[in-house]
Amino acid sequence: MTKKILILLFILIPINANALIEVDITRGNLNPLPLAVSPLSIDEESRKGFEKILKKENIGSEISNIVENNLRTSGLFNPLDKKAFLQAPDIANLKPRFEDWNLIKAQALITGKVNYVDDKLRVEFRLWDVLAAKEMMALAFTTVPNNWRRVGHIISDKVYERLTGEKGYFDTRIIYVSEEGPKTQRIKKLAIMDQDGANNKFLTLGNELVLTPRFNPASQMVTYLSYFKNMPRVYLLDIETGTQEVVGDFPGMTFAPRFSPDGKKIIMSFAKDGKSDIYTMDLENRIVEKITNHPSIDTSPSYSPDGKYITFNSDRSGYQQIYVMKNDGSDVKRISFGNGLYGTPVWSPRGDLIAFTKLHKGKFYIGVMRTDGSGERLLTENYYQEAPSWSPNGRVLIFYRETKTNSKGEGFSAKLWSIDLTGYNERQIKTPTDASDPSWSSLLSN
Amino acid sequence: MRLNKILKNTLLVLTACLVLSACATKKEVATDVQGQMQGDVYTGTDTVEYLADGVPDRVFFATNESILTTASRETLRAQAAWLRKNPNINVVLEGHADERGTREYNLALGERRANAAKDYLMTYGISSDRITVLSYGKERPVDSGSNPLAWSKNRRSVTVKAN
Repeated sequence: MTKKILILLFILIPINANALIEVDITRGNLNPLPLAVSPLSIDEESRKGFEKILKKENIGSEISNIVENNLRTSGLFNPLDKKAFLQAPDIANLKPRFEDWNLIKAQALITGKVNYVDDKLRVEFRLWDVLAAKEMMALAFTTVPNNWRRVGHIISDKVYERLTGEKGYFDTRIIYVSEEGPKTQRIKKLAIMDQDGANNKFLTLGNELVLTPRFNPASQMVTYLSYFKNMPRVYLLDIETGTQEVVGDFPGMTFAPRFSPDGKKIIMSFAKDGKSDIYTMDLENRIVEKITNHPSIDTSPSYSPDGKYITFNSDRSGYQQIYVMKNDGSDVKRISFGNGLYGTPVWSPRGDLIAFTKLHKGKFYIGVMRTDGSGERLLTENYYQEAPSWSPNGRVLIFYRETKTNSKGEGFSAKLWSIDLTGYNERQIKTPTDASDPSWSSLLSN
Repeated sequence: MRLNKILKNTLLVLTACLVLSACATKKEVATDVQGQMQGDVYTGTDTVEYLADGVPDRVFFATNESILTTASRETLRAQAAWLRKNPNINVVLEGHADERGTREYNLALGERRANAAKDYLMTYGISSDRITVLSYGKERPVDSGSNPLAWSKNRRSVTVKAN
């Protein structure tokens, strides 16, 4: 469970001279590992070739910038200033002079090379352990030049995985709701972007209100709520083709949709006569099943990664609390018992935790608890924040936060934020417009 | 219209100052200044529109609640009478919540509030065929303020002519 950073450390205390350092990434990492990301070397001919197609002066540097930025924002690594590097990229990739990298206190080094071969982008990269003076990993791959940003993300994932022992989350996308206009008349559109904010695209025009988009496990489909023709219904959208369809034929509002972990079903709420119950619809045979049957509000359902359980929130106790049940609706158990209201439970991709939103004494918290409700841990407190979504490796949560308006009702904003499971490394994710309801995709490459 | 509003606000502030200097405790000031809430249910008329003379278009709710107050029931009886007099008019009941709740729960809460109004209209003889319920959750506040008074205006069910 607990994976360690497998790097030999420069040890000051002689007694430990031969010990392996163990950096536990399950705890807040206040001393991120210093490492050097050397620009990927590129020969003049390849440089010109890519400049023509991609309009980037030096694609080798651009890719290494992506790697550097990803590793820095993870909070686990501290990429060192390139100005301090003593060795040229091409030579470093052949055979690093470890004393030089040691001198600037780099413990790990990433080098590489980019080639323009048959209209393709060929990239090789190496990860070096500076103190042990040896290569830890070497990989090469070829792709279409337009994929250059993804190349940077894939390298970042490989490095992250090699150094922490856990899968990365950089070659991923975020789907969210873009927001514009006054608070009383917000215009909302579905938008999608890379995890680092690049390649932002709008998927709807803003003619109707849209809410709560969520990816399927393959990250090609999205289920969301749309007020198309003023009828709030759950929809299914194919991102590549742009085709959209209503999910099911319900005589009223359906909302709060999510996919099952195998991607075959959509689980959602259906509201009728003041009651909201949880339903599933099988996307192949269109069979609809009613999962909960209670005069209360049952909503925000989320499956466990093995598909056997469902967590949801319900006000059947009088107030909004979190429950867990079997996937057929049996064996309903309340799991939240702390002070305040609990909502938006989301099962971690690792299966061991449920992330939630809590409202207590006028403050909103994002927190996690075990699936039996024990071990509640609040990660962040704010005026308003909700709707956590897990990174595919279960290490980071993305959510949205709204600001309080002033006495004139001005100053409203909604932004995406992320925080590590440790409670450290809270940061805003930049979006071209205001943003809410983020959903994190799975890893696009494995 | 605008000037009117400014004048009104100025007056409010003035009364507030007067009351403040006269009153001993802060709590009394708060209720006096606003005078627009009972418990945390909005009782003012700031945002209210009228379907016809003497027929207000909306009712208000307490936090997390969908119970109709005495004033709400009075409003809905007036709406029912008006609907009986105008049998060709159909309505949409738009249910809303304030911003202090999670989005999905608020969608359900808006639906529950609009249904509370619908049930009451039905007990006063309005056919369910003439009523459509539509929840906006917290998506369409009337007041963009982040304070209890603004939230109380936003917790509402609004009856809108559908034709």
